[in-house]
Amino acid sequence: MIQTREAMDALRQQAREKLESYDCRILVCSGTGCIATGSERIYEKFLEIVKDVPGVTLEFAPHDKDAHIGIKKTGCQGVCELGPLVRIQRGKEVVQYIKVAPEDCEEIFERTVRHGEIVERLLYRQKGVAYQSPEEIPFIAKQTRMLVENFGKYDSESLEEYVAGGGFKGLERALFEMQPEDVIETIDRSGLRGRGGGGFPTGKKWRQVAAQSEPVRYVVCNGDEGDPGAFMDGSVMEGDPFRLVEGMMIAAYAVGARDGYIYVRAEYPMSVRRLRHAIEELEKQGLLGDHILGTEFSFRLHINRGAGAFVCGEGSALTASIEGKRGMPRVKPPRTVEKGLWEKPTVLNNVETFANVPKIIQNGADWYRSVGTENSPGTKTFSLTGAIQNTGLIEVPMGTTLREIIFDIGGGIKDGGEFKAVQIGGPSGGCLTQEHLDVPLDFDSLKKLGAMIGSGGMVVMDQHTCMVEVARFFMNFTQNESCGKCVPCREGTKRMLEILERIVGGRGTMEDLDMLETLASTISETALCGLGKSAAQPVMSTLHNFRDEYIAHVVDKKCPAHACAAMRRFVISADRCKGCSKCARNCPADAISGVVRSPFRIDPEKCIRCGACESACAFGAIHIEW
Amino acid sequence: MLEKSYYDRADAIIASHGAVQAALIPIIQDIQAEYRYLPAELLAYVAKRLNINEAKAYGVATFYENFSFEPKGKYVIKVCDGTACHVRKSIPVLETFYRVLGLSKEKHTTDDMLFTVETVSCLGACGLAPTVMVNEEVHPRMTPEKAEALISSLREESQA
Amino acid sequence: MRYMTINNRRVEFSDEKNVLAVIRSAGIDLPTFCYHSELSTYGACRMCVVEDDRGRIFTSCSEPPRDGMVIYTNTQRLQQHRRMILELLLASHCRDCTTCVVNGDCTLQKLAKRLGVRQVRFENTRKELPMDTTSPSIVLNPNKCILCGDCVRTCDEIQGLGILDFAYRGSKAIVAPAFGKKLRETQCVGCGQCRIVCPTGAITVKYDVEAVWEAIGDPKKRVVAQIAPAVRVAIGDKFGIAKGENALGRLVTALRRIGFDEVYDTNFGADLTVMEESQEFLERLESGENLPLLTSCCPGWVKFCEERYPEFRGNVSTCRSPMQMVGAVLKEEARVHPDPDGRETVVVAIMPCTAKKAEIRRPEHFTDGVQDVDYVITTAELTSMIQEAGIDLAALEEQALDMPFGIASGAGAIFGVTGGVTEAVLRRLVGSSRSEVLEQISFTGVRGMEGIKETVIDYKGRELHIAVVNGLRNAAAVLDRVKAGESRYDFIEIMACKNGCIAGGGQPFPVVVSTKEARQKGLYKIDRTSQIKLSNENPLIKQAYNGILKGKEHKLLHNTHGAH
Repeated sequence: MIQTREAMDALRQQAREKLESYDCRILVCSGTGCIATGSERIYEKFLEIVKDVPGVTLEFAPHDKDAHIGIKKTGCQGVCELGPLVRIQRGKEVVQYIKVAPEDCEEIFERTVRHGEIVERLLYRQKGVAYQSPEEIPFIAKQTRMLVENFGKYDSESLEEYVAGGGFKGLERALFEMQPEDVIETIDRSGLRGRGGGGFPTGKKWRQVAAQSEPVRYVVCNGDEGDPGAFMDGSVMEGDPFRLVEGMMIAAYAVGARDGYIYVRAEYPMSVRRLRHAIEELEKQGLLGDHILGTEFSFRLHINRGAGAFVCGEGSALTASIEGKRGMPRVKPPRTVEKGLWEKPTVLNNVETFANVPKIIQNGADWYRSVGTENSPGTKTFSLTGAIQNTGLIEVPMGTTLREIIFDIGGGIKDGGEFKAVQIGGPSGGCLTQEHLDVPLDFDSLKKLGAMIGSGGMVVMDQHTCMVEVARFFMNFTQNESCGKCVPCREGTKRMLEILERIVGGRGTMEDLDMLETLASTISETALCGLGKSAAQPVMSTLHNFRDEYIAHVVDKKCPAHACAAMRRFVISADRCKGCSKCARNCPADAISGVVRSPFRIDPEKCIRCGACESACAFGAIHIEW
Repeated sequence: MLEKSYYDRADAIIASHGAVQAALIPIIQDIQAEYRYLPAELLAYVAKRLNINEAKAYGVATFYENFSFEPKGKYVIKVCDGTACHVRKSIPVLETFYRVLGLSKEKHTTDDMLFTVETVSCLGACGLAPTVMVNEEVHPRMTPEKAEALISSLREESQA
Repeated sequence: MRYMTINNRRVEFSDEKNVLAVIRSAGIDLPTFCYHSELSTYGACRMCVVEDDRGRIFTSCSEPPRDGMVIYTNTQRLQQHRRMILELLLASHCRDCTTCVVNGDCTLQKLAKRLGVRQVRFENTRKELPMDTTSPSIVLNPNKCILCGDCVRTCDEIQGLGILDFAYRGSKAIVAPAFGKKLRETQCVGCGQCRIVCPTGAITVKYDVEAVWEAIGDPKKRVVAQIAPAVRVAIGDKFGIAKGENALGRLVTALRRIGFDEVYDTNFGADLTVMEESQEFLERLESGENLPLLTSCCPGWVKFCEERYPEFRGNVSTCRSPMQMVGAVLKEEARVHPDPDGRETVVVAIMPCTAKKAEIRRPEHFTDGVQDVDYVITTAELTSMIQEAGIDLAALEEQALDMPFGIASGAGAIFGVTGGVTEAVLRRLVGSSRSEVLEQISFTGVRGMEGIKETVIDYKGRELHIAVVNGLRNAAAVLDRVKAGESRYDFIEIMACKNGCIAGGGQPFPVVVSTKEARQKGLYKIDRTSQIKLSNENPLIKQAYNGILKGKEHKLLHNTHGAH
């Protein structure tokens, strides 16, 4: 039990010494991405290899003083698509290995762990250069890793390692050196804004909750990260769960809450597991419960798993879901700060926001303001995906330009492709194009461009991406996820989707484009909740930036990106066709006709564009025209 | 009416979460995890125990995608019947599953609760058509023969 | 005093709970589907959107009024949005308006006309779902549902039943009982309060008009009608008669013209109920058993009691409801004095109530195995019959009811409003028709629209604890308190519908606070102007006890399931 500040200090000291006492640590990435590519097997393989080697420790415990090699599972090491990732740390030196296979483990152990040699073939390479340390890899080097600083360095399941890395210093400072009002003041001055989408000032929110006359308050963490293509919050929950909890504890102290809830998306079982483990560990140590560190501050934390409803990312839907109801947003006012969970004043922030709190309290508002822009201080994490060289979780200062993210960190477009657009903010966001490459990204600049940071999903698109299809994809998503409560969202998104399906299906009209705009205007101005209001954003944004692509679909019945299947035409080259009739026999639509031994012909009116003829033709006589 | 054991299990799950409305979702999540579906009888039972209207509980269970009232087998086989798979003869594959497992368009799950066979409109793996997905794993380029072999290997796996 | 500016007009406001109420009090009929002042604010239909001076658009139903607010209710932007919302609703709505039961009463239809929606540019791609006709009281047609949730909130917030709720989500969302059950398989009590708030034809009264026309047209049948108290102050609504005005005399004329052979008064049955229930109450007070006595006039409540509070079943009075008493007496009369032309007697009860349609089928109300009331038609159904017959109710001369069951006391009339039964019973117990005494009783706290009223009456030196309850959620709250021993009562009047029968599920639209108040006033006026105030002073009652009822009181006036 850690019941005093002194005890915490002692633990920190002890943990640091322990960390330093290792000769070597094998750090296996166990983020969701690496687990999917098999990092668990790598971890087990290392265990197997070292099981008879003395001095290997799994448990970080003071009693195994002889231990000199540690095997740890860490949070996301960053370059997910190159997983499984393994880092070998010897003293201050760290080697990053990528795409590690179980067969490689023996060699890694023998050469790197035991003898400090490098296994060259497992290093990260870019443009012919091999990088040894993760900090040198351009993808990582060009980031500003404040929030995810512990990722890949510490065992995300170890309280001791978290404490050794400075964990809980923020909480200590709040509890022992600050009044709740000072905490709010510091957060307010830091300029921290909600990382979930809107960018509402966090300090202001806390102050509003603290000012309510109702004495029972709650702190709720929104971990229902549902945007397709976003995984930052999940990475934080599984990569540094203690930091999130510490942030929530500080918030609870600031607003006088005794209970907190973390609502985790159904699809994040790993986050749930790590958070549960963290909470149990903290309860065991008396760091959650009554009289934390011997003070008057008491706090309990509960986990709720989502059950498959994107709309629960909306605040009032989320609290309804915690209450055991249908996750339907309600009208505001009253706002969540006045009547949130169980109609009590509630601080509702997302994972990244809470995770930013401990260091702000520990280092002060000015420290935080030194990064980022005047109105959007600090860093922001993004998940970089799509047609880009390096995909993965990144963290950059607010105000970084798209160009820096895509070309410096992301390494440019995949396969030498051409940058077309970035969809940012998921189904609530919009797209940014060539002309926006040098706009500093922050809450306000994006809002002006009709996009939003949202939770930070960034999908990069190249010339092969059809923007109409992108709009259809997001509309399909939103329509499926609409809760059905308010008319504009329930009925309007359905109609927008029908129209978009018509357009990509080659049956759109110019009137359809007008109707999309009319519907979008009603939905965005009259829908009940934020999700509804922003549901039409992807359509509006693509319609604004890529109107010619829409027109090509509607007027010319062509897809400039060569992506929409309904727009392709199967054509038989008369010079190659032997007139064998195999294509006609394989055609399910009876669209191919001809006389045997003469070239056959496809009736484009009848053709359903399935491609059966193409695969049936033995002479390569059938090709696609766009 | 389900066997008594179901209600006993539900009671235990309810006891672990508390019989309050806020526990409805965690409780039915646990029940679904236990039985791979949410038996309607148990939802009604939980509603009663939690003093929630049946219609409200039903509204909650149907709101969230994760809940299913349909009992499913240990192996959920999804046969893609998108356009591409269809023309590449996905129906004979589907019929093979039906024949081998004694299932039909109306009966999706085997009595031993080992297999559920469903069709989906597109698995998005059209290049590998016809495709079949077993739980999370995609099996490409299926034929009736491969379908039969897949069933026997899954049967073996389940007995292992 | 605080002010806001609405459409450039300065409007005063005081304690209105939202901007919508201020707008409406300023005489602007801002459209809504999902707003009801008696229900929680839902904010789903988005019709009540307004724009402020900064161009911000928000729903007025959810916004508290603030001093100095500047809003516009009818800008072009708002008009376009409202029309689009209506068009979207219509596009997913079964639009067979011409044959719809609520044609002319449908809010969706009215607003489409009022707001000038002239085209629907989207195809109805909503999956057609079957209607639920299994309830004897109401019919559900999901294809006409616009998902405003008014019925859901009524069933839950007012009635505490929660039979209907949302299921599924997004464009697949529906309002339905649990597990896709039919209404008959649920604990629906048939009160029809959901139908009262439904803005479309998604929930309608189960029409029995056809069968009644058939009986009227059958020369071998003698069709007699009885009219419930709350019908006479509502039937005029669709005929240009002032809200709440007693149209009984004209209604009698209309019924005769339609072809009813005789017309009687359910109020007479109410007088019988007072006699029997008072007696029963005194007996229970004497024996101390089965107290509190719970009233039995309301079939919605009785069914609720059986299903949700079976432990109180023995406390419910064994008296049949006034309608059933009149039915039994009419059928008995026909047995004792058979029709000279040998016609079979058919009793049609005209009721404000949809639950009555179920009550007549309950075997414990049968006399010697015979159903006493053959058909129940609601005020709404009768309205359509009168209209179909081409009768202008307002223009008719008044006629008197038929004898010997055509006179009732004022005490019988007030059965149609919450507190009425209690007041009538108290009059009987006190036994004085002196006006000061009557006034005293009316001031004991039995009158008024509150959901739960409590009073203590001194009766021969004994304190009688009385509760008057309307709305089943309130009923549940009171019974829970009794069960927990927190409250003790001797007598509890319970009516399922909020405010009593005047707001019954079968009443003509609209049933809003103002119509309810007018109907309530109308019934108290009937009482005030009535010559007879006490049930026991009704000469026909004495006559009946000495004649047709003699020796058969229990058989005809009580049900057979009773606790004793």
